Amino acid sequence: MLLIECPWCGPREEPEFHYGGQAHVARPADPAALSDAEWAEYVFMRDNTKGPFAERWCHSAGCRRWFNVLRDTVSHRVLAVYRMGEAPPEGPR
Amino acid sequence: MSDDRTQDCRLPEGGLIDRSRRIRFRFNGAWMDGHPGDTLASALLANGVHLVGRSMKYHRPRGIMAAGAEDPGGLVQRGLHDEPARTDPDWRATQTALVDGLEAYTVGAWPSLDRDAGAVLGLASRVMGAGFYYKIMHGSRWMWEHVHEPLIRKAAGFGVCPDQPDPDVYDHRHVHCEVLVVGGGPAGLAAAGAAARSGARVILAEQDERLGGSLLGRRRAIDGQGGVDWAAAMEARLRASPDVRLLPRTTVFGYHDNNYLVALERVTDHLGLGPAPPGRPRQRLWHIRAKRVVLATGAHERPLVFGDNDRPGIMLAGAAQTYLHRWAVLPGRDVVLFTTNDRAYEAALDLHAAGARIHAIVDSREAPGAALPAAARAAGIRVMTGYVVGGTSGVRHVTGASVMKLGADGRASPHALDTLPCDLLLVSGGLSPVVHLFSQSGGKLRYDDGRAAFVPDRSVQALANAGACNGTFDLAGCLAEGAAAGAEATRLAGSDPGAPRTAFSVDEPAAAAIKPLWRVRPALVQDHAWGQPFVDFQNDTTAHDIRQAVREGFESVEHVKRYTLTGFGTDQGKTANINAIGIQAEALGRPIPEVGTTTFRPPYTPVTFAAMAGRDRGERLDPARLTAIHDRHVALGAAFEDVGQWKRPWYYPRPGETMHQAVARECRAAREAVGVLDASTLGKIDIQGPDAAEFLNRVYTNAWSKLEVGRVRYGVMCREDGMVFDDGTTARIDDTRYLMTTTTGNAAAVLDHLEEYLQTEWPDLRVRLTSVTEQWATVSIAGPKAGSLMARLASGQDLSPAAFAFMSWRPATVAGLNARVFRISFTGELQYEINVPWHQGGALWDAVMRAGTGLGVTPYGTETMHVLRAEKGFIIVGQETDGTQTPIDLGMDWIVSKKKPDFIGKRSFTRSDTARADRRHLVGLLPKDKRQVFPEGSQIVETGATRGTKPVPMLGYVSSAYWSPALDSGFALALVAGGRGRFGDTVAVALPSGEQPAVICDPVMLDKEGARRDGHAA
Repeated sequence: MLLIECPWCGPREEPEFHYGGQAHVARPADPAALSDAEWAEYVFMRDNTKGPFAERWCHSAGCRRWFNVLRDTVSHRVLAVYRMGEAPPEGPR
Repeated sequence: MSDDRTQDCRLPEGGLIDRSRRIRFRFNGAWMDGHPGDTLASALLANGVHLVGRSMKYHRPRGIMAAGAEDPGGLVQRGLHDEPARTDPDWRATQTALVDGLEAYTVGAWPSLDRDAGAVLGLASRVMGAGFYYKIMHGSRWMWEHVHEPLIRKAAGFGVCPDQPDPDVYDHRHVHCEVLVVGGGPAGLAAAGAAARSGARVILAEQDERLGGSLLGRRRAIDGQGGVDWAAAMEARLRASPDVRLLPRTTVFGYHDNNYLVALERVTDHLGLGPAPPGRPRQRLWHIRAKRVVLATGAHERPLVFGDNDRPGIMLAGAAQTYLHRWAVLPGRDVVLFTTNDRAYEAALDLHAAGARIHAIVDSREAPGAALPAAARAAGIRVMTGYVVGGTSGVRHVTGASVMKLGADGRASPHALDTLPCDLLLVSGGLSPVVHLFSQSGGKLRYDDGRAAFVPDRSVQALANAGACNGTFDLAGCLAEGAAAGAEATRLAGSDPGAPRTAFSVDEPAAAAIKPLWRVRPALVQDHAWGQPFVDFQNDTTAHDIRQAVREGFESVEHVKRYTLTGFGTDQGKTANINAIGIQAEALGRPIPEVGTTTFRPPYTPVTFAAMAGRDRGERLDPARLTAIHDRHVALGAAFEDVGQWKRPWYYPRPGETMHQAVARECRAAREAVGVLDASTLGKIDIQGPDAAEFLNRVYTNAWSKLEVGRVRYGVMCREDGMVFDDGTTARIDDTRYLMTTTTGNAAAVLDHLEEYLQTEWPDLRVRLTSVTEQWATVSIAGPKAGSLMARLASGQDLSPAAFAFMSWRPATVAGLNARVFRISFTGELQYEINVPWHQGGALWDAVMRAGTGLGVTPYGTETMHVLRAEKGFIIVGQETDGTQTPIDLGMDWIVSKKKPDFIGKRSFTRSDTARADRRHLVGLLPKDKRQVFPEGSQIVETGATRGTKPVPMLGYVSSAYWSPALDSGFALALVAGGRGRFGDTVAVALPSGEQPAVICDPVMLDKEGARRDGHAA
């Protein structure tokens, strides 16, 4: 069970959170301009990364805020927590 | 078995037992004695009882082999007759505290332990090798159901499951600490000692009731103090330290991500099986988050693999030593030791000193170490190097060991056969570090040739290993490593431990390196001649089985485990796994590191379901959400159904009514008079902000910009894949405020969905959301007389259909209460939904029921609601949808805006798959036989298709089906391929009784023109 540091509430147990999948997948500005394949890429396809992975979480049983987590999918270590709209932190991974 | 055992095998003095008190207990019905401090295993051995169980597959007699958690065979059932509700199967005798009146039975023996009918299976062992049931028990389903499965269930399994609810209380506790030390042996005590008094919160968990670990079973001195006394002094020091929590009788059984560990504390189990003392749970599950963990979990001794190595009286050397020192039990008088290492010599020396006759030490090595063999020879013990034990004799107890010479080819030669009489055969194949928790934590192991053991290598969590679990088997090393690990953990957790002690003065004989012997290899071609060489004693896996699995092509250690069952069961192969890996490596001709270990999984030792459930059982399993009107429903005798966590009235049976009759009556009342529904459970979301209308435009499929204040609109919400996610009405409260309703079960998911888009995609929108589901109680009245009822409730205000348009809302005073009244309809009837502040829900309901007197006012439940809406073809999300229907599939293209450039899911409507013409459409379905109400989920096929070629093409399925009093017929909603183009076609509903014909029709089956909506009954 992960211990996730909510940017607003501090470290809390995983059951308080909701998983939101890969981060930094922006909704296309003009979906009508996309081909079926391009739209399907946005709707259905996500990375399956081994190692550091930027993903979204929502503190749904707490402050209800969405935020980003950089998590190592091998060790399940939370490497960084940062707010929506921010870029993933650089540095040693 | 005589009725009066006298502790013949108890030594006159010594041991950590309280001889001033005698404890009476029963084993398989026979009364025996023991003392406080005994385990069931030590007390049985004190009474000379070695035969305690029968093995699972061959029902061979088995005894106590170990002194701790690793014992594979000593499983008993506690309190089978005395406490049937509390009885526990599969208690390890080695870890069961002895209490007055303890009633223990052997598990798995039938009809009795001494004369077990299943033992005949042992004779068939040659045809019951690895995977025999895969090979034999297939082909006939009848044979499986009537012969094979009942046979397996009768023969296998351990113990009897209690068939009554557990009367005891089980607790959960969540704690944080800086340093968690697992294991209270010398390394763990040294670690906790180094971490104590530093300001860090320290937890020390030990599965035994007594701290000290190996010190309790050996003669050792630390700094001139006896080992037992040293442990007691350390315990006293830790108890006196602030911020140190000692948890004896607590097994840390799981090590999860981010240093989250789970432990089972047996709080009152050791007091016996009766009711726990008031206010105390029987067991407590600890959820521990530790900044740093020190694992000091010790090591298990391995048995040796040779013919008939499983007889009662064959015991691990270190276990015998522990029974001797800790419990003053001499487990045998005529002893043979079979070893591959020096360390085990000490057991023979200690037993010799206690009065046993050591017939020989049989050492497989040509060149053992110096000190211990010399000491043995000096004590007059015959030491045979380069010899092995190849087989044993005896039936219910070992009587002799066949000693053989190891040849240059590594095979044991029977020509030098020499049978030594014995009633105790000690075995030692070396030590296996207890790396279970380390491995669970994600740590990687490495095979160490010098120690012939897997030891921790690379760890991925904030932990350290100390002592025997780290491959450090000497006491001085354990203490130094423990102290260093405890200090380092404290420092890394942010406190100052001071300088740790690095040197301890210890008296311990030096031990030379082990030479592993994974199995005794007979010289004869015929492997089986010397009896069964068991590897996994709990699952009756032999060396032959593992070699056979390799011959049959299994190479992966995980596959061999599953094919041969090695390492399964309640002991999870604690004594078996490493020997099995060695034998497999030898059979494959590969080095051990290439074979590797199987995955170590929680729990380390079995955990009761009751402990896992804790207090979350019965009515505390899940919260029940009750509306403000709930007590009125109870008073009316409602039957309830669960909708999510809500308790909703299902129907209101009158005395003598069946459900069918009650629902038919409620339906008629709503269609002919007026029905009343508690609609409080619908999800309600308050949406506020200047961009609220734009937000609604983006999340709903239809247009919202022009909705005026006071108006209400129905909306459908999709996900990006274009599939319907939820539906409901939304009202405009004022310029910047809307009230959205969601389906009851989806309320939280919809709020999450909306928040996600607001926060992650459109943070520029000035909109805020909050759930107000439990702020508004809702009473819905529907039917041709709803207008009259409304007039009575809101006197002086004109809420008639003429003055109060459909799909609008207004504030009103209803029965003296401030209310919001919505004119919407889920029934097709004239309907008002009256919302009042939650706490006034009961008062509103009462007022509605009073005012309705004479109008035929009738409460109705969710079942009637379902019938009424289905007659009108209204969908229920989750009933007509399963996440694969677009609004167009549901015939709701009228709600999909063609003008809005974008909304969630819009782009997906033109994907090739979503735009197919042969997708399943929502249709009505009328059975030819009007009495038919099809089971929901029934498959729909073309007429006659079930008699044609298989597989039968499926057209679709029934999503809802009811009896309609208004139609005087059964009817259904269904999803049928291309269904909208097939109105009038006859298809077949495939039922077990055969095909039933039904006609496809418009899903709106009642009042198509909508006259009822304004109170004009057709």
